[in-house]
Amino acid sequence: MNSSRRQIMQLGAGAAVASLATSAGLLPTLAHAADAPGWNVPLFEAKSFAEVAKIWGGTPTESTDVSIIGPDIAENGAVVPVGVKSGAVGVTMLAVVVEKNPTVLAATFNMTDAAVPNVATRVKMAQTSNVYAVAKAGDKLLFSKKEIKVTLGGCGG
Amino acid sequence: MAFPMRMRANIEGDAVVVRVLMTHPEETGLLKDKAGQVIPAHFIQSVTCKSGDKTVLTCDWGTAISKNPFLEFRFKGGKTGDKVTVSWIDNKGDTSTADTTVS
Repeated sequence: MNSSRRQIMQLGAGAAVASLATSAGLLPTLAHAADAPGWNVPLFEAKSFAEVAKIWGGTPTESTDVSIIGPDIAENGAVVPVGVKSGAVGVTMLAVVVEKNPTVLAATFNMTDAAVPNVATRVKMAQTSNVYAVAKAGDKLLFSKKEIKVTLGGCGG
Repeated sequence: MAFPMRMRANIEGDAVVVRVLMTHPEETGLLKDKAGQVIPAHFIQSVTCKSGDKTVLTCDWGTAISKNPFLEFRFKGGKTGDKVTVSWIDNKGDTSTADTTVS
């Protein structure tokens, strides 16, 4: 665990030096130099759930049709297992929003007809926070929330 | 840099459950290394999951996904022997693709 972390730190450092050399200090603009097609920059830079909801163009309503699966207490904020499930009809998107992260939106999952609205992943959490599971069904935004306590922050420490 | 992936697809009930473990540093761009230099952001932005040629799920991810990301998803209409493919692209344009068959 420790040795792999060290390797990755070194890789990161190497990359930093390399990009400094090639771009002569243009690091901040490099961060989004090659965004994947369709990747919505303002959405992922939003600082609050309200801002994210505004970009999606809906008013979120709390609902039992969507549920969040996660631990009550996460010992390591760098790896918090989170699942989102929805029983609503016509779900086109699921998303995970961590309220107190520097950028709140962690992930969106775009459903097709074949996909079952039930996904899971692992996210980083900076500190104890409400985590929102969001489902978009038709033009409605449904959410449910859960507070996950973090005993060790996930920003690398 | 190579980014291997491990994945598995099983039928559970009437759906195929796919679990994927990717290899990726997932740097947020907020951390600094020991020399005080900001480690540039390097994270997966888009994941595409296909059953055969048909896309069943696409994901857009931010920096808050954990290092070496895990993804679990389900889809209907799959059967044993079907090919499931997962591919991703990150903010530096790196990509990786892996496939498996449903068992």
